[in-house]
Amino acid sequence: MSPQSPVLFDALGPRGQLRNNALTLLATIAMLSVAWFVYAKFDEKGQWSGQLWRHFLSARTWTEFIGPGLAATLKAAALGAVFALLFGAAFGLARLSDHTWIQRPAAAVVEIFRAIPLLLLIFFIAYSSPALFGSGDYTRFALVTGLTVYNGSVLADVLRAGVLAVAKGQSEAAYAIGLRKGGVMWLVLFPQAVTVMMPAIVSQLVVLVKDTALGYIIGHQDLLSYGFQILPANYFGTRVSSAIVVGLIYVGLNMTLSALANRLEQRHRRTAVRTVASPGASATVVSLRYT
Amino acid sequence: MDDLIRYAPALAAGFLKNVQLAAICAVFSLILGTALVTMRVAPTPVLRVVSGVFVNVIRNTPLTLVLAFSAVGLSDTLGLTFSSVPRTNSFWLVVLGLSAYTSAFVCEALRSGINTVPLGQAEAARSIGLTFSQSLSLIVLPQAFRSVVAPLGSVMIAMTKNTTVAIAAGYLAESAFVMKDTFDTTGVSIPIFLSLVAAFMAVTLPIGFCAGWLARRLAVAR
Repeated sequence: MSPQSPVLFDALGPRGQLRNNALTLLATIAMLSVAWFVYAKFDEKGQWSGQLWRHFLSARTWTEFIGPGLAATLKAAALGAVFALLFGAAFGLARLSDHTWIQRPAAAVVEIFRAIPLLLLIFFIAYSSPALFGSGDYTRFALVTGLTVYNGSVLADVLRAGVLAVAKGQSEAAYAIGLRKGGVMWLVLFPQAVTVMMPAIVSQLVVLVKDTALGYIIGHQDLLSYGFQILPANYFGTRVSSAIVVGLIYVGLNMTLSALANRLEQRHRRTAVRTVASPGASATVVSLRYT
Repeated sequence: MDDLIRYAPALAAGFLKNVQLAAICAVFSLILGTALVTMRVAPTPVLRVVSGVFVNVIRNTPLTLVLAFSAVGLSDTLGLTFSSVPRTNSFWLVVLGLSAYTSAFVCEALRSGINTVPLGQAEAARSIGLTFSQSLSLIVLPQAFRSVVAPLGSVMIAMTKNTTVAIAAGYLAESAFVMKDTFDTTGVSIPIFLSLVAAFMAVTLPIGFCAGWLARRLAVAR
């Protein structure tokens, strides 16, 4: 029941058309008045004056502030993504182990790290690192470690659900041709699980990219802190305009990733007939996506 | 351990604020999310577009930015104030930002729920003459809600954990800030961290269990 196939309502008759047009008019007026209100308030505070926006035309803003900020954000996100995928694969497979002494601790780690608010974890790592490793700047370390263990734990559950969703015949066939446990997992089950769960994995990576903004709170000099603190400090009064531009960059970045996830999902849906997902898999994807 | 005992009242007060934020945001985000999903499937194209743009923009913005902007943009620039007391004002700004952010996820969850309602249900509703709002509120949404109880539970758990990001909106009373504050004065303290983690788990785990139990109980037999 996507908007493309409107089955919730019939093709509208004359009265329905009229009501629909009235609603359209009302909604448009409401939206325009909100837009006007925002515009007028911004105008009142002088937010539209060219001075507050002009610095975005100078190359210095982009090369010295937004560029390095974006680079720091992307670097933290890339490191976090790589380590989270490794963490997720390791703990996802460990949870599927036949040995209780591997499976239980792995389950405990995954469940606990999923339940901790990420910001508390990042604070804790940031404050305990100097005591453990000597003094230094640990903001990026704390951010990346926090992102790794939290998103890694979510990814571990995603991958585990993927492996469990592979049809039973696959592993039976693999055992029948003489593969051992490790071979069955690495050559048969795990590759299929990754394929099936690709959309969920990519949307978790979108979550990871968004969460890099938490670094702003612990003083990681990323895109958000350049937009909210460093740019306004260099160009007086540009806090709102800088926040808007930085926000647009974030939205663009994440929408690109989300679009990739959607495309993967559609491609998967097209080929789903051939592959192996059981009905349970899609429900798991839904329940895991919104963390 | 001494630190934990000394700062326990402050931490408990901070955590109570987290719980308050979570409870209020749960109500608002569910209402707003339902409104958004109604707009998302409405016959009026303008409403569909507005809801779609809102959900996609909010969903792809970091919560830190949403909250920081609700303090700087909405409060300082647009002059939106809930109270003359700064702390109360920033509390409600956090409620506003977090509810808006969470409602986008509620809307997406409900939309996937609407997708699970078989076509025949909506067709039957139309054939007995129900209007759009009747078929949505009497036939489709009740079934959609019942099929997404578990995902809504995870949205609510994520929202409860996200109350710690309230610092970004300048709200300096909840537990993450109190913990940072005590770390600043006394240095890192493992008991404080662990007890806060335990407190959050004491709230989020029951939500998860309840959601799971309700999901099984309410599942639509098809």
